Amino acid sequence: MHLRHRNLTTKNGQVGTLAQSESLGIGIRVLANGAWGFASTDRMTREGVMHCAAQAVAIARASALAKRTEIKMAAEDFYIDSWQSPFRKDPFEIPLETQVALLLAADTEMRRVKGVTLTEAGMDFRKIDSWFASSIGSRIHQSKLISGCGIAATSFRGDEIQKRSYPSSFGGQYALQGYELVDSLNLLKHAQRIAEESVALHSAVQCPEKTGTLILGGSQLGLQIHESVGHPIELDRVLGQEANFAGTSFLTLEKLNHLKYASEIVNVVADARIEHGPGLGSFAYDDEGVPAQRTDIIKDGQFRGYLSNRETAHLVGLKRSSGTMRTESWNRLPMIRMTNVSLLPGTWDYDNLIADTDDAIFMETNRSWSIDDRRYQFQFSTEIGWEIKHGKKTRMLKNPSYSGITTEFWNSCDAICNVDQWVLWGTPNCGKGQPMQTMGTGHGASPARFKNVKIGMAFAKE
Amino acid sequence: MTVTRKAGKSPKQAGLGNPQLMEEPETRKLIHKIVALAKRTGAEDVEVHIDEVAEALTRFANNEIHQNVAERGLTMSVRTIQDGRTARVTTNRDDEDSLRGAIESAMSLAKSQPKNPRLLPLPGKQRYRRVRRFDPLTARLSADERAKAVRRACDLAVSRGQIAAGIFASGQKQTAIGNSRGLFAAYRDTHAEFSITMQQGTAASWAKANFGSVKGFETQALAERASEKARMAQNPVELAAGKYTVILEPSAVLDLVGFLFYDFSATAIEDKRSCLNDRVGKAVFGENISIADDAYHPLQLGAPFDGEGMPRQRITLVDRGVVRNLVYSRSSAKAHGKKPTGHGFALPNEYGEAPMNLVFSGGNSSVDDMVRSTDRGLLVTRLWYIREVDPYEKIMTGMTRDGLYLVEKGKIASAARNFRFNQSILEMLRNVELMGPAVRATGEESFEMVVPAMKIRDFHFSEVTRF
Repeated sequence: MHLRHRNLTTKNGQVGTLAQSESLGIGIRVLANGAWGFASTDRMTREGVMHCAAQAVAIARASALAKRTEIKMAAEDFYIDSWQSPFRKDPFEIPLETQVALLLAADTEMRRVKGVTLTEAGMDFRKIDSWFASSIGSRIHQSKLISGCGIAATSFRGDEIQKRSYPSSFGGQYALQGYELVDSLNLLKHAQRIAEESVALHSAVQCPEKTGTLILGGSQLGLQIHESVGHPIELDRVLGQEANFAGTSFLTLEKLNHLKYASEIVNVVADARIEHGPGLGSFAYDDEGVPAQRTDIIKDGQFRGYLSNRETAHLVGLKRSSGTMRTESWNRLPMIRMTNVSLLPGTWDYDNLIADTDDAIFMETNRSWSIDDRRYQFQFSTEIGWEIKHGKKTRMLKNPSYSGITTEFWNSCDAICNVDQWVLWGTPNCGKGQPMQTMGTGHGASPARFKNVKIGMAFAKE
Repeated sequence: MTVTRKAGKSPKQAGLGNPQLMEEPETRKLIHKIVALAKRTGAEDVEVHIDEVAEALTRFANNEIHQNVAERGLTMSVRTIQDGRTARVTTNRDDEDSLRGAIESAMSLAKSQPKNPRLLPLPGKQRYRRVRRFDPLTARLSADERAKAVRRACDLAVSRGQIAAGIFASGQKQTAIGNSRGLFAAYRDTHAEFSITMQQGTAASWAKANFGSVKGFETQALAERASEKARMAQNPVELAAGKYTVILEPSAVLDLVGFLFYDFSATAIEDKRSCLNDRVGKAVFGENISIADDAYHPLQLGAPFDGEGMPRQRITLVDRGVVRNLVYSRSSAKAHGKKPTGHGFALPNEYGEAPMNLVFSGGNSSVDDMVRSTDRGLLVTRLWYIREVDPYEKIMTGMTRDGLYLVEKGKIASAARNFRFNQSILEMLRNVELMGPAVRATGEESFEMVVPAMKIRDFHFSEVTRF
């Protein structure tokens, strides 16, 4: 694999980080004596690669010293192919001066607002080339281009730090796109608004503690999908392979096709095909040489599918892997990861949804996220909330949060906005595995409404 | 001139044994060569970082090894300075063309930005305190040795009707920094880690150790501990949410207080993103809390220099509850009329600096003492998925995991279902009633620090989960 990365940030009118990196190396996974071994090296000479392969075999033989079960791999065809992710503008060809100037201009817009105490803006670009070869004969070259961009304004006053981000928190939006992503976000248009909101939050009413109706904005719902659907359906977690670190899953095997995961209007797919959109989980082949696929996860509210690989597919009655083995880099072992785990659009026009709501709280832009190690109980807080009263968006609320149990929450969903509001959000920072790997995942979502949700527990005093 | 290391000499390896790191003279020579190449390419000033790793990790689950990996890697990172501008380019390709390309890219990146008025010239030669944290036995630990230890732990699980999952990792790494003003610093260490979760039915418990040497822990003792606590975790009772006296084992303390370290950064205060804004010099914590940053503490690992090559200083951050000092990079020190403390990150960056070697003063009570002194409370093995809810009051949320036990009348009465907490760390460190000796603690949310077990009153659990 050959990875190239450019990262630029600004803070309070100055360039913060301006850095570029590249990394080239090879990872070799082998089965020997019926057990797995993996070794990696950056010594890209014949001697270096030969040694790496021999080391992988030696490690596999060591694994066999603590082996109890036979490995059964699902059959797969071999493929000889080359694929380039679609993009219109290569960010590495755009003059850096242009990129820095845009970030500094957005920064200036935010700093015009009195009361703002910290302004941040950033862009992040990656080119990832991978050459996959396997002993069944596959030879696959994939070239991916990923872009990310976002801005944030923070205001400290009294005993509060309040922050607003655009278009999403923790770095903004990320996609399998070129510089056209940055163009589409129109940072300058939103800079002043988020800066004003960060200051206004100090004077806003505290989000109440109650059980009530909740409407989630798209990016927050994307993270809700990630944590309470995407992780529980990873078959390696279900099978206990992550028990020591990332945790297990409440979705034990007997629940497949039997659990009512959500209300009837909820449909979730795992779709790695580029036809789903330019998500961080889009590719042509996974890192086990399996073509990208679309899998029903929740169909009309019923739990229908897991994320699997060639080794685990047979355990859920599949003849073929669902194609979700992914690796962060040449020095990491591919493992089951989310692709694009998306909530399909519903039927509601956004304005009609608000007009249809008598009493609710609208929450948007994630501030914190946490869920237990079996993915039952979660709590999220967002940067900002709005009271919905008698069909209208009214007062701003600060420090909003909500919590619940995964299946109860998804079964309380009674309205999902239509495709006009649907965005394929990028989560660039999904951590899993030991050694830790950070992976980008995609989550399509449009705003949705949930009933009888616990609200405000993060700031409850008792 | 070539900067490519001689074929057959590096990486040093004997048969299929573990790769060896470059020796310090070789590292120094490589840095000098890159500095010379940068000067010849036209760089005004240049700083070079070298990072080299050789690591291996054996992972097990369902009582067998399912993942087993090894990696070696060398990266060279070049920062150029031109006319008040700087940028960094990192590569792992050590042929001369690639290195020249990295230098030219750094110079080109640097030119594309306005001048940075706070950018300082590179520092010259520094003096460092020597630390020895390299254990040859750990560097040589083989996949077979790790597998045999894992096998013993898994056999224990099988014999008790339990399921084991975890890791046994070992490795070595070095980091070195040099620049065109004569600065050179190099550091190497070894590290070993064993972590094990034992599952019994729907209950589980956990034990973990991380040291510079594999001699720092007994894998089978950790397996025994996790196994016994998993047995005790059976049949958890569901308790009402609310405020409880808690006894946090060191891992649980670490994973919470680890979220505090950025707040002691002078740059974080300047940016008004720290929970210590307007609180420096004030009694923020209880009188029994004293915290230092000490890279030289015998239970710490890490280089005696920072990302700018400045020597790390021992800093008293909190003295008997009062926030006394912050840490400073060269830039933030100059802005605030202070001396650099050796806590800066590699430039360029927007975060400045942070203490990375926290050491709590601790106390004399054992966890057993804490249990015996508790009329009603909860013993917490480990916390999980901790995230910040409120940055100024430092309210954190998260879950208990892998062994939560109800304590009644000085004894462990039963296991309890896991809770979600929403708790201010500042308030928590005002409510500490007893502490154990500070130990090298390891968890999953923070890097390792030296912290004690703590008995804390009025810890706020807001909701309960299903197991």
